[in-house]
Amino acid sequence: MNSGENRSTTVQSIAINLLTRVLEVRELMLIVIIIIGGTAMSITTPIFFSSSNFKAILLGLSVEAIIAAGMTILLVSGGLDMSVGSTMALSGIISCIAIKFGIPVFFSVSLGILSGTLVGFINGIIIAHWLINPFIVTLGMLSIVRGLVLILANGVTIINLPESFTILGQGKLFGLQFPIILMFFVIISGDILLRRSRFFRQNYYIGSNEKAAILTGIKVKKVKIINYMLTSTLAGIAGILMAARMASASVNIGTGLELKVITASVIGGASLSGGEGSIAGAFLGALLMGTLINSMNILGIDVYWQNVITGIILITAVILDNVMKRRRESASQ
Amino acid sequence: MDNNEMLRVSGISKSFPGVKALDCVDFSLRKAEIHALVGENGAGKSTLMNILSGVIPQDEGKLVIDQKIQKFNGPLDAVKAGIGIVFQELSLIQNLSVAENLFAGRQKTNFAGFIDFRNLYARTRELLSAFSESIDPRTPVKNLSIAKQQVVEILKAVSHNPKILILDEPTSSLTHKEIDKLFRLLEEMKTNGISIIYISHHIQEIFRIADRVTVLRDGKYIATRNVAEIDEPEVVSLMVGRKITHNHINRDSSIDRNTPVLQVRNFSHKKYFSDINFEVFKGEIVSMAGLVGAGRTEIARAIFGLLKPSHGTLLINGKKITPNSPVEAIAGGIAYATENRKSDGLFLDMTISENSIAPQLINFTHRRTDFLDQHKIDSFVENTIRTYGIRTSTAQAETRKLSGGNQQKVLLSMWLGVAPKVLIVDEPTKGVDIGAKNEIFSILRHLADTGTAILVISSDLLEIIAISDRVLVVKNGRISGEMPHQEITEKRVIAYASGIASNNS
Repeated sequence: MNSGENRSTTVQSIAINLLTRVLEVRELMLIVIIIIGGTAMSITTPIFFSSSNFKAILLGLSVEAIIAAGMTILLVSGGLDMSVGSTMALSGIISCIAIKFGIPVFFSVSLGILSGTLVGFINGIIIAHWLINPFIVTLGMLSIVRGLVLILANGVTIINLPESFTILGQGKLFGLQFPIILMFFVIISGDILLRRSRFFRQNYYIGSNEKAAILTGIKVKKVKIINYMLTSTLAGIAGILMAARMASASVNIGTGLELKVITASVIGGASLSGGEGSIAGAFLGALLMGTLINSMNILGIDVYWQNVITGIILITAVILDNVMKRRRESASQ
Repeated sequence: MDNNEMLRVSGISKSFPGVKALDCVDFSLRKAEIHALVGENGAGKSTLMNILSGVIPQDEGKLVIDQKIQKFNGPLDAVKAGIGIVFQELSLIQNLSVAENLFAGRQKTNFAGFIDFRNLYARTRELLSAFSESIDPRTPVKNLSIAKQQVVEILKAVSHNPKILILDEPTSSLTHKEIDKLFRLLEEMKTNGISIIYISHHIQEIFRIADRVTVLRDGKYIATRNVAEIDEPEVVSLMVGRKITHNHINRDSSIDRNTPVLQVRNFSHKKYFSDINFEVFKGEIVSMAGLVGAGRTEIARAIFGLLKPSHGTLLINGKKITPNSPVEAIAGGIAYATENRKSDGLFLDMTISENSIAPQLINFTHRRTDFLDQHKIDSFVENTIRTYGIRTSTAQAETRKLSGGNQQKVLLSMWLGVAPKVLIVDEPTKGVDIGAKNEIFSILRHLADTGTAILVISSDLLEIIAISDRVLVVKNGRISGEMPHQEITEKRVIAYASGIASNNS
């Protein structure tokens, strides 16, 4: 009787320990939530649990997740880029216009991606050298770049693109579309770099205390500029993938994307005040949202509700984060 | 029962998970008395203060204010009971005017709910003039000096007409002159019948201003004495529970007077300093004394490449260098431990381990890749924690959670890890308790003995006397005096710093 009681209390305490651990490691928590949600959906409807549906989810979030890798690095360093959606459209439009001018696909695509890198370079220089708030600079850039896109394309969508270009978005390897494969490559290599490499680790120092980072001899300006260039380059690549997948370059592509990307990063553990976050977390954040929206579509929930629910998840994630942090702090006092 | 008693605290206890912060503490405050409360960091001063101001409730014990038993459920209750408090960190709103800060949330409004500014400014002027302060009530607080802001902060507490005013380290960012003014203000309040609890790390101040002193140690009440009947060493030994002696070791033999490591020649800056010439020899500890704002930190920042001097040269081991950034200064063998460890020294949300390797990440990568080698880091950090006596259960502890002394050790360890030729330490023991102070002194001594040239900037005269082989006194951006350790006395340093004496006279 007594020993049985003991056993149940140990089981209980192990369960509580496990639960706190899951709640503390953001990546674990997201995996648990996604698995629970996925299982529930699989039981509810047979359409959900199929490889074609899973591929559709991954393809849908591939563009977001690729950009989120860069955005997470920026958030860790205390920065932010609001212009990624516009940059994505710019890269798509420039490469498609180049193709229409008869420039070979390889060079056209390179030109598109480079246009993204250039946007990031300008963002980085203004933010790092003139010490202007990144939100303001990239918000301005969002508008400038979107304007340029409209001017360049004269407001119309470019269609009739050659197969040598559209294959970039539609081609498959091991049964997976290229954007999915590229996404996994970016997420996995990015996560390892941000966790382990000296260069990217510097971002945690900068985001945690920029003044101290300067005093310890970290080349803060250089790191920041490279961060913005990296994020915009990834946005440029995402723009090419999108245009190729759609076989068209639309002037409205990527509108509002920056918010989705930041949401994914923040759900994944990044904080707008810098110093924390992981790329794996950002991917899981994007996956959680992608799965949820897919489920809502399958269940026939009105599209308009999707925005409401995305917002609720974002705020819940941040509240939970805060509560956990405060509990840990009071426990250690 | 003392009829003159304003406040009586009896048997107050407070526990936090794992710590007994206050253990059955008694304290009593008379009417119109300035009563100093001292103790090392962690002695329980802040906890007692937080209880008195209603921020946290006590576990046991009672508070009697003006013969009435009080129970606080929040800070508002404390204000109503007549307790005013001025915290160490200023809490003024920088963009708002003095008047709006003083009467925040209590502005008189007219029938339409708009603030009656004329009334607000008049009340502010009245309050300011009562304490002979001539600040324009409309001035935004950000335009005031730190000293004036401190005054506004104190008057803000006074404007609630408190019977008891609690001041926490009010002089930590003030110059000598400003401290004099603050003390006159406190005397004036005392004559107006206000009782004051004065918390300070600077023991000398107690002897200037306080009537009685109460010592806390490790959450326990130790003693209350009349200031007239006690001296500094006795207060210190009550605080630490043992006698502290400053062994002045003759270190002349370990200084190599033929090898100047740092030479500063004709350093000038348009705004901050001019004609600065000095050198620090191998194995020597040189201190820079002077008033806050004399230009000492700026000289250090110029040496470290944070400030560009208008002319002058800098030599390290006889070789000229012109660092334009910390990166270049570090490459030249200079390290700089800042005075503001929280705001620009440490990465508070990061671990001890991550902090201690910050200035030399490049030395912890695998041979040919850019990946960090965790084994290398772990063994380095383990060694660091042992060498510098950093008290923590794990290298993965957040730096924010360490005590001031341990944080300061982490900051020093960051810089000592890079084995600099010259180490500049700005206020090495600011906000550090006496035990850790002595440990930091011996770390610096050991470092000098192994050949590093050390330049210390300090505003603590006792520290300067305890640590320096030589002192440079800086006044208004110029070196106004220099003396070897045999000749260092508080009086002489103050004389040079305030311009009463100069090297030529």
